[in-house]
Amino acid sequence: MNIHEYQAKQIFASYNIPIQDGITIEDANDAREAAEKIGGDFWVLKAQIHAGGRGKGGGVKFAKSIEEVEKYASDILGMTLVTHQTGPAGRLVKKLFIASGVDIKKEYYLGMVLDRTAEMPVMMASTEGGMEIEKVAAETPEKIIKVGIDPLIGFRAFHARKLASGLHLSAEQMKHFGKFAKALYEVYSNNDASLIEINPLVLTGEDTFLALDAKMGFDDNALYRHPDLKNMRDLDEEEPTELEASKYGLSYVKLDGNVGCMVNGAGLAMSTMDIIKLNGGDPANFLDVGGVASTETVAKGFEIILEDPNVKAIFVNIFGGIVRCDRIANGILEATEKIDVKVPLIVRLDGTNSSEAAEILKRANIKNIITATDLADGAQKAVKAAEGIRS
Amino acid sequence: MSILVNKDSRVLVQGFTGKEGTFHAQQCIDYGTNIVGGVTPGKGGQIHLGKPVFGSVQEAVEAVQADVSIIFVPPAFSADAVMEAADAGIKVIICITEGIPVSDMMLAKKFVQKKGAILIGPNCPGIISAEEAKIGIMPGFVFKKGNVGVISKSGTLTYEAANQVVQAGLGITTAIGIGGDPIIGTTYIDLLKLFEEDHETKAIVMIGEIGGDLEIQAAKYIKENITKPVVAFIAGQTAPKGKRMGHAGAIIAGSKGTAKEKMDALEAAGVHVVASPAEIGKKVKDILG
Repeated sequence: MNIHEYQAKQIFASYNIPIQDGITIEDANDAREAAEKIGGDFWVLKAQIHAGGRGKGGGVKFAKSIEEVEKYASDILGMTLVTHQTGPAGRLVKKLFIASGVDIKKEYYLGMVLDRTAEMPVMMASTEGGMEIEKVAAETPEKIIKVGIDPLIGFRAFHARKLASGLHLSAEQMKHFGKFAKALYEVYSNNDASLIEINPLVLTGEDTFLALDAKMGFDDNALYRHPDLKNMRDLDEEEPTELEASKYGLSYVKLDGNVGCMVNGAGLAMSTMDIIKLNGGDPANFLDVGGVASTETVAKGFEIILEDPNVKAIFVNIFGGIVRCDRIANGILEATEKIDVKVPLIVRLDGTNSSEAAEILKRANIKNIITATDLADGAQKAVKAAEGIRS
Repeated sequence: MSILVNKDSRVLVQGFTGKEGTFHAQQCIDYGTNIVGGVTPGKGGQIHLGKPVFGSVQEAVEAVQADVSIIFVPPAFSADAVMEAADAGIKVIICITEGIPVSDMMLAKKFVQKKGAILIGPNCPGIISAEEAKIGIMPGFVFKKGNVGVISKSGTLTYEAANQVVQAGLGITTAIGIGGDPIIGTTYIDLLKLFEEDHETKAIVMIGEIGGDLEIQAAKYIKENITKPVVAFIAGQTAPKGKRMGHAGAIIAGSKGTAKEKMDALEAAGVHVVASPAEIGKKVKDILG
């Protein structure tokens, strides 16, 4: 789960990590009041969507008067913001964060993520603040300083010194940075975060550090023990179909092709996409109906796949293990009674009782069901069917 | 021969009396696995599926000398169950549960290592030594006995691969599902080493997927240490970047962890990489004849 910048900053504030004063609004008519409350004579307005690159897309503006604040607020709220992370469809802006302007001396980058190789969190800092960090990592990796933090000892002073030294901070700056970094580690570990990015982290005119931006993601598996974080979930930021699928225990990811896939198990589901591509087709989705495919999950799977108008054929690829294929075959038949599947349905059922399953499907004699004997056969038939060739 | 577990393994089921634990423990018993008992806190002294129930792993180790454990407890309590098993001296701990927080596993794994135990999983189908012991949720009949070892991050894809190997006229020594989470107890390298030492295993099938770099580490290890032929398939060649594909660990972060990167590394290490998941069995057959 990801959260908005303003929400991440609320968490930061509760750990005494310095942020600007700011207010989040949803109605442009509230912009004046918010700006007056914040005070000062310089404000920044930032669109709240779960994607980076907001500035380039016109989702971040600087205002030097209340009138400008009002103008930009009405420009940004309700706009469809397109960035390199939103895809061409963009994202509708429903929330706007207004904050006081900051006197910036220098910009840095500070982030935390799980290092899967070291099996511990890593804190990363760079002097190249404000830049795309992926680009810095690719072009000038020496400009990113990393420290792995063993959870058995937590964040220690030497971790902070290592980072600060790499950033060439003065002794005074180092002191403030150390406190900042330690608090950041606490935010990460206390909340089961999976990612924190502050880009930029700024050094202000008073030689103190402040989180000018904030991005946070969390380990979904740990959300059960953070009810406060659960409330921060913004369903508007999630793919509606993926969200719908997850309610039924299905794992769905939409892709651009025309061969719908319904598979049991994540690894087999990815492999099914791969083999469709190898046969010259294009998968329309990833869909894992879970290790135990039932009538309900299969029916819901059909419904979700068919919401995508590009789908010209569906490849049902099930390896029946403990669940017997004859039961799955009956489940598929029941599901097709519930859901009107108009496109060709290529069904490959392998594993326990597969011959009985094939018999059941044959006897049902449904005209758009094409049976396949194995993975390769199924993929070929599915790609052909999507092209309109009946095999 | 087989690796890690065999017909003499004395297997304990943690979360024995729960729905999942009951169903799969019965399947394991039917397969012939030497299940010596189970653990469900508060139910010590009862008999379930004809086996004794204990209140703690320690009690089970003392009473029935359990040396392998399979875990079916809910995700919030799984890391604790893993550590309890390691603390009681269990040598091979197999954690089936999906959905365990990463921060829990991070600590549990360190503790297991300190105790010198082996953890398989979590979020995995378990381990099967063909016709000796099935300690997992896989369909046992697929894994006919033979001389091919299987190591895989995935469940159903493992069954698919094993089925292909069997259809090709070969069979399996041991198959291990290592799990698809970001942090897993045992990685390819540890198991490649065991298969290399196992006289009966003549070839190794390695199934990977996008995300992380375990396959790349394995490629380096294979190049330097493995003399037996390895056939590999990496799932997710068509997976988009930044999207989690079912498994918690199956995500391409930035440009890292792509299938191509892994396939290239394995190929460079002399591994027989197949692009199609339908070619795994055939490739093994081509090599072993």
